Amino acid sequence: MAFACIFVPDFPVEALLRTEPGLRSQSLAVLEGKPPLQKVFAVNENARCAGVTPGMTKLQIEACSGLAFRTRSVLQEAAAHAALLDCAQSFSPRVEDAAPDTIVLDLLGMELLFGALPEIARNIAHRALDLGLTANVAVAANPDTAVIAACGLRGVTVIPEGKESERLGNLPVELLAAGVHESEQLLETLHRWGIRNLRDLAALPDVALSERTGQRGVYLQKLARGETVRTLVPVDPPLVFEEAIELEYPLTLLEPLAFLLSQLLDRLCSRLAARALATQELRLELELASEYQEESVGTGDPARPVRAQARQRFHRTLRLPLPLLDSKTFLKLLQLDLKAHPPGAPIVKIHLAAEPVRPRPGQSGLFLPPSPEPEKLELTLARIAAIVGEEKVGSLEILDTHRPQGFRMQRFTANHSFSSVSEPALSAAEGYLRGELTDGSDDLVTALRIFRPPAAVTVTLCEGRPTFISCPRQKETRGEILWAAGPWRSSGDWWEQEGWARDEWDIAVQEETSIGLYRLVRDLLDGRWLLEGTYD
Amino acid sequence: MSSIPLFPTEAVRRPVASVVSNSPARVFERLAALPKLAEVTPASRLTVRPTPEMVSSGVREIDALTGGLPRGGLTEVCGPVSSGRTSLLLAVLAAATQRQEACALVDVSDAFDPVTAALAAVNFESMLWVRCKTNPPQRHRDTEKTNQKHEDPYRCRMGPPVEQALRVTDLLLQSGGFGLVIIDLGDVALKVARRIPLTSWFRFQRAIEHTPTVLFVVTQAPCAQTCAALLLKVKAAKKLSALSPQLSVLKTLSHAELLDGFRVETEILRSRIPRKPAQSATAAFVTKTVRAG
Repeated sequence: MAFACIFVPDFPVEALLRTEPGLRSQSLAVLEGKPPLQKVFAVNENARCAGVTPGMTKLQIEACSGLAFRTRSVLQEAAAHAALLDCAQSFSPRVEDAAPDTIVLDLLGMELLFGALPEIARNIAHRALDLGLTANVAVAANPDTAVIAACGLRGVTVIPEGKESERLGNLPVELLAAGVHESEQLLETLHRWGIRNLRDLAALPDVALSERTGQRGVYLQKLARGETVRTLVPVDPPLVFEEAIELEYPLTLLEPLAFLLSQLLDRLCSRLAARALATQELRLELELASEYQEESVGTGDPARPVRAQARQRFHRTLRLPLPLLDSKTFLKLLQLDLKAHPPGAPIVKIHLAAEPVRPRPGQSGLFLPPSPEPEKLELTLARIAAIVGEEKVGSLEILDTHRPQGFRMQRFTANHSFSSVSEPALSAAEGYLRGELTDGSDDLVTALRIFRPPAAVTVTLCEGRPTFISCPRQKETRGEILWAAGPWRSSGDWWEQEGWARDEWDIAVQEETSIGLYRLVRDLLDGRWLLEGTYD
Repeated sequence: MSSIPLFPTEAVRRPVASVVSNSPARVFERLAALPKLAEVTPASRLTVRPTPEMVSSGVREIDALTGGLPRGGLTEVCGPVSSGRTSLLLAVLAAATQRQEACALVDVSDAFDPVTAALAAVNFESMLWVRCKTNPPQRHRDTEKTNQKHEDPYRCRMGPPVEQALRVTDLLLQSGGFGLVIIDLGDVALKVARRIPLTSWFRFQRAIEHTPTVLFVVTQAPCAQTCAALLLKVKAAKKLSALSPQLSVLKTLSHAELLDGFRVETEILRSRIPRKPAQSATAAFVTKTVRAG
């Protein structure tokens, strides 16, 4: 049996350092409470060396030079805890969520997958570092010993079975009573007895200790000896991938926002990669500054002050046709999306969530024709959409209607699935590889070029048939109609408001230099003549 | 540092005539023996440009005429209105999409008709349609300010749709992976189309070189000039051009009789692909109307 414990010292500080890694070398204090009653909640090692301790007021620590202080962020702590769980889950399916800063995992059987126990412990520490957390990792034969070792010993520790008492002996007894009130009372007693470390506690006679301190004392002694036995309580954390940043000052420009989004996306992608997942949907939620909300809502109407005080939220959802896991691609897509749809007010909070999906298989078919890479294609489509507009780019789908222009645009996806390749395409691809050219079709269609919007024309009729046409929009389209075929009458949707009815004619018009073939339409509802397109 | 002599030292002392009398083969042998020049091919031994891979255009007559469309090259089709350019475009598009290649249509005038394209057997799932005839989307003020700092190479005397089309084509070609990219400049006025800088066509041609992409451009008159690997001119055949003096015959034509059997003639104006016969040749194909009756 082997258990590993991941412990993040000064967890509130580490959660903040994930977003501001530049502060790692400085003294940092995390404050909690409402101004002006803010007190120090946690400090890092540098600040501790400078004499800053939890419980001090903000006024007291302001005198310390070179000390940075930040407000505690519950959101970022939750994200850091989720990242810690992801880190543990990437090594073992049996994970106990012991505390926000402590995770225990069962390593039974994992040596076959990940190598020897010291190697696993080192890999866990590296993975945690990739997720932005500096963690202590300890491996021991029982969970409690692993937790004590991780809390007390820096870096990576592997305690062989039977050596627990020896390796834990130098640790202070205070480690055993973290947060338990009853144990704290007992520790006072032990302190009075001169018991300072776990070796002293382990050396006490069992019966005498039991007579004086009861079962609690015996339990603490077993912990000190590394002899406790308990069952791991595994959790199955939900697959929620969210990251958030609360900003000290509102952001007004997209460039610094992109910098923060890059950090969030890197962390999200690391977490997804740790769980061997990708994402197909990114949800961005921005909380906007309230003063701008007042300006935008405030229309001089005094009846709406309450609504004006509420913070406005700005949502954008990025849906991808394929599962992707590339933070740079995501960042570029978000940047293009935000350029096209700016929030309109300063940003005070950023919340980014990814919907996890299984990654697409990397293997593609041998006979697949060339197609764009999905990441590049998404970026290209986003850039094209920024040039021509979102609704003007994509593949099209013909609707089941006879209404003119009965189609709609949809997202374009290149075909990447081998199974979706049809047999004719495969045979064509094989023929192509053999150097054969496919035969041209015999059924070539006379194509129509559509005028969008249709051009209004003046038409002269003779016995109900058009004989002369004049188009003010296209000066060259003016002349005698040499030939006309029609009318083809069609109508539809008469039971709705958007009903339509029309007559279509195919005409040949004598123009200055040539003969033009056109489709002429008469709208039967309003009587207008329209030139819908030209045959080409 | 000792250098390897190109000629033997005794040759230097000999009269010039005796050095010249060395056969070229011996000189090449000595050149090849030199370590630094071992991999250099002399200019006299350079081979001709490799023949590009050809792909079917979807029209048997044009395939017979040109051998297909060159991959990694620019094919330009020019012709006046109602000459059959778009019919040829649909045939090329249908052939490429049926091969399940990713295709892109940069529609400068937003003139693409999905109904006739569907009847021409174009597979829309493989086709990216970019409709350029639109007002550019509103941009953020920061972006606008940033853009103003740099000179816009596209902001010249062309209209917004052509500018957009050039930008979009650039993005598509740089992205790569498309088997066919079509720029439809068929409705763009000739004077506007000719304002497209030659550097743009060179850039496009350079971007698709050594790739499997076919760049297919439809215009009213040749624009890409020397960048086009294949330049085709299409025109309506005699049936349509002979209508005018035969009005009495014309009046008696039935519905769609004119459009059915619409004959299109194609002529090669320029081709970099070696073929036989080498001189200009023509081919004709017939299209059918989508209507019955």
